[in-house]
Amino acid sequence: MAGLGRACLLLALAVCAYGIGASLYGVRSGRTEFAESGRRAVYALAVILTVAIAVLEIAFLRNDFAFKTVADTSSRTTPELYKAAAVWSSQEGSLLLWAWLLSLWASLALFLTRGRMREVSAYATAILLGFGGFFVALMVIYATPFATTSPVPAEGVGLDPLLRFPTMAIHPPMLYSGYTLCTIPLAFGMGALLARRVDAEWLRAVRRFAFAAWLMLGVGILLGARWSYAELGWGGYWGWDAVENASLMPWLTGTAFLHSLMIQEKRGMLKVWNVSLVLATGTLAIMGTFLVRSGVLNSIHAFGGATLGVPFVALIAALIAGSIYLVVSRRDMLRTEHRLDSLLSRESIFLANNVVLVALCFVIFWGTYFPLISEALTGQEASVGPPWFDRYTVPLALILVLLSGIGPVIAWRRATLANARRNLIAPAIVALLALVVLLVAGVAHKPFAIAMFCCAAFVLGSIGQEFFRGVRARRAMAGEAPPLALLALVRRNRRRYGGYIVHVGMAVLFVGVAASSSFQHASELALTPGKSARVGAYTIRYVRPTATITPRFDTAHTGSTLSLGAVLDVSKHGRHVATLSPSEGYYDSGEPSQGSVGHLIGGQAVSHISMSAGVTRDVWTAIAPNITTPALARIVTIGNRTLPPEEAEVAIAYLARAYLKNPPPAQFHLIVSPLVMWIWVGGMIVFGGGLIAIWPAPSAVRRRVSVRMRARATQGLARA
Amino acid sequence: MNVLIAILTLVLLAVVIAVISAPLRATRSRPDGASRERSELEAAREAKYREIRDAELDYRTGKLSREDYEAVDRALRGEAVEILNQLQAPSGPEED
Repeated sequence: MAGLGRACLLLALAVCAYGIGASLYGVRSGRTEFAESGRRAVYALAVILTVAIAVLEIAFLRNDFAFKTVADTSSRTTPELYKAAAVWSSQEGSLLLWAWLLSLWASLALFLTRGRMREVSAYATAILLGFGGFFVALMVIYATPFATTSPVPAEGVGLDPLLRFPTMAIHPPMLYSGYTLCTIPLAFGMGALLARRVDAEWLRAVRRFAFAAWLMLGVGILLGARWSYAELGWGGYWGWDAVENASLMPWLTGTAFLHSLMIQEKRGMLKVWNVSLVLATGTLAIMGTFLVRSGVLNSIHAFGGATLGVPFVALIAALIAGSIYLVVSRRDMLRTEHRLDSLLSRESIFLANNVVLVALCFVIFWGTYFPLISEALTGQEASVGPPWFDRYTVPLALILVLLSGIGPVIAWRRATLANARRNLIAPAIVALLALVVLLVAGVAHKPFAIAMFCCAAFVLGSIGQEFFRGVRARRAMAGEAPPLALLALVRRNRRRYGGYIVHVGMAVLFVGVAASSSFQHASELALTPGKSARVGAYTIRYVRPTATITPRFDTAHTGSTLSLGAVLDVSKHGRHVATLSPSEGYYDSGEPSQGSVGHLIGGQAVSHISMSAGVTRDVWTAIAPNITTPALARIVTIGNRTLPPEEAEVAIAYLARAYLKNPPPAQFHLIVSPLVMWIWVGGMIVFGGGLIAIWPAPSAVRRRVSVRMRARATQGLARA
Repeated sequence: MNVLIAILTLVLLAVVIAVISAPLRATRSRPDGASRERSELEAAREAKYREIRDAELDYRTGKLSREDYEAVDRALRGEAVEILNQLQAPSGPEED
């Protein structure tokens, strides 16, 4: 079936080339049938790449090791869920995923805008097919997912154990959906500039996709953070790692765009800024893919050697140069139509929010790319750690949260000082109350955390007030009961109130971040069974060791050959709180040189953490058992010498028994973090608010509103 | 297996050609300048309606004083009527 996959890629490349040519010819010559044919080329690309990814999925699920990528990243012992997800664990598989998702989202975007903005759509089609063609070409020339092996190995290497977690099965598709969705506003933005039609319509067309990109990227980022926290053995959810940063940057510029586009929609202002944000977001999404896929992160010198580095740099350079050229050459049509009526208006708050978001993006960009540039120039490795990022991002995040509370209570166009003061009193009182409570609770020694809690309380107060007043106004107008009035209010003003819910979610999320990073207790120490350690207010006792053998009985269901762990008793002031069972999985390395027994546990050892998650705190534990003691090492050595491969598991069972009988001291990583759960709760609130904001009103309702507004606009003028 | 792959590839190729070439086989249509103008104006009209509703909500939730609201509302309605007039102008794009 690899032949069918390869044929799909060649066909996809041909379709991209044809579609680009047809779209450009159609728009330049005015022959709409060619532009329409180009648009259909995107649909055809989606069909072809769906077949290609299905071929690869089937190969993984059938353990078809004739496919090189299956042999390299899967095995018979890899659990089925992870076999399915292993498709995107490799370089070539993730390129296919990228191209496939792009083709699906692009098809949806072009289908929804069919019959409208013909010129803009035609250029956007060509650009989207250009991206598709680029990724397909990478697969055809450099990294094909359909390469075959000869002779076909009997067993594969297996999926990297670090990736054998449920969140990793959906994290990459979500993140890549965000990245690929970011290219749609970019394509339409460039299309609008090329067609010289930078009006309200293209903005209306891209708004929903910009929001979808923002939402998907946000969910992808949060799933990555959750994976890092709940699966990896270091106990954190965000490490300012370059890959994390790469996904955060387009999300930040996307957030800025979602705010500033409202100013352009309402006032015809910030056209240059908006189109620049759209282009920057799309380019940052491509740069994010470049960071992960080019090999540049292993070493700056790797990317020249790694085959994908140079093509990616060429694409990014073309995007940046093209964007600058288009914005500069079209500056006459990007002139603003109005000026700010008042410095005290929602427009000016949104402007301030944009400045902070872009400043945040710039700081992260500098901290992520500067070490790479510096290493390229000086040859010396450089890195910027979390303290550097925290120094700049914490104050900016504080301002951002504060602005997200001020914005909703300030009117568009003009707000009087008296009105603003009146609207800010209640949120300020809520923030002040929070401050008093925090000071009484005795947490004055963490000023940034206190400031964040107060800002979040301010946001909750301000949004709470907005909902209260909105419901009150609705009740006064329609005489509805409060729940009905609330429902009607949100349904009739989805963007506004969905956006407010997003603000609440972000405030809650930041509370979780500030609390967990400022008031965390952590301890790393060796314990033997029966011994205890104190972490914060909790006592954690090592009750007994545990061991399971063979992938079939692996309690973590990740396919490890041997899993050693511990039962821990967590108590507070003498009262039992939870029983935890962290473990470490040992995997088959597939390396015969390690011996018949040694290779069964010679792969990467992966920690399976155990935690008690609660509303107020998480107790998080990880274990690193010691299996290199002379007694245990001797079992492996003797097994290697005496046991044939088919009986090697006997030695693993013997090793497990020996470990249970005489457990050596194990290294434990124990963390008590307050309010971590609120990070995930906040994320879910953001997601819910985002869905409300993005969900379209039924067309019948839109028509009804449009007719009513028309009558109202004309009547009003007649009266005036 | 090779024959099966060849057949599947040919079927896929046929589907792709059918999908892509359909518009080229259909009757030609010229770009409609009027409908383009109309779409733009409709987008502007919807944005203006939204602005009017937002201003009203701002007023009802206490963010705008009565005087400011009346001034803003009057201006917005004027702008909306201007767009409606353009949509209805005899030389402009026709109503659907």
